[in-house]
Amino acid sequence: MDLFQLQRRLVDYRASLYHEDFLDEQFSQLQDLQDENNPDFVVEVVTLFFEDSERLLNELAKALEQPIIDFKRVDAHVHQFKGSSSSIGAQRVQKACIAFRNYCEEQNVEGCLKCLQQLRHEYSLVKTKLESMFQLEQQILSAGGSIPM
Amino acid sequence: MAVDETQFHVLAVDDSVIDRKLIERLLKTSSFQVTTVDSGSKALEFLGLNDGNDNDEDVGVNLIITDYCMPGMTGYDLLRRIKKSSCLRDIPVVIMSSENIPSRINRCLEDGAQDFFLKPLQLSDVNKLRPHLMRT
Repeated sequence: MDLFQLQRRLVDYRASLYHEDFLDEQFSQLQDLQDENNPDFVVEVVTLFFEDSERLLNELAKALEQPIIDFKRVDAHVHQFKGSSSSIGAQRVQKACIAFRNYCEEQNVEGCLKCLQQLRHEYSLVKTKLESMFQLEQQILSAGGSIPM
Repeated sequence: MAVDETQFHVLAVDDSVIDRKLIERLLKTSSFQVTTVDSGSKALEFLGLNDGNDNDEDVGVNLIITDYCMPGMTGYDLLRRIKKSSCLRDIPVVIMSSENIPSRINRCLEDGAQDFFLKPLQLSDVNKLRPHLMRT
């Protein structure tokens, strides 16, 4: 694939992520903050998000395995996850967190377990998509091109 | 090397590593000098308030921006501590929260916060900070 095709592919791929609500406007805000002096800003923030998300998913699984569930603790983790996904513009993950918090409030174990599954699913989707996007960007840069806006 | 006297120093307090990174970039983009800490107690330590002792040091912080929801000391608790301190009370404090709760917002503003921003923080919010800044 030549440079132009790669750039085209990236633009289309990015557009699809917004169109399918994987990403929202907040992600563009992150991109706007990246410049020649901070060329890896987006990758750095997203990497922090991945690490933090994996920690939170583990904490959530542990908390929901307890014989007596501390729903306040579960809610606190989901609240954190909601915040971080909102900060990077991961809209579907954020929405999954909102649903999850409702079940926490109701102290509904079944509901929480289903939400955790859904949250894992949405997180895994956006992670894969962002990684693919970063890979495309790398290919473009390696081919000597620049990342289209 | 001459100190740029127009460069203001902001202390940003947030327990989220992602949000600290974001706030730091937003503030630096707007030419602020930034220090980030992950808790209210670390903020107080940085400001020279250890265990309730009021050190009369000039910490050189022109504004404090803090998240509301933090484990341990909330942003509101931090605001109160700062306002109780004779040497820190004049430093403007701005609070951020992901939740739009009017009673929360009003309480913070009534107890001395200069402003309240909803998260995620935007560049347009950071641009609103300059009028609040304290000239030391």
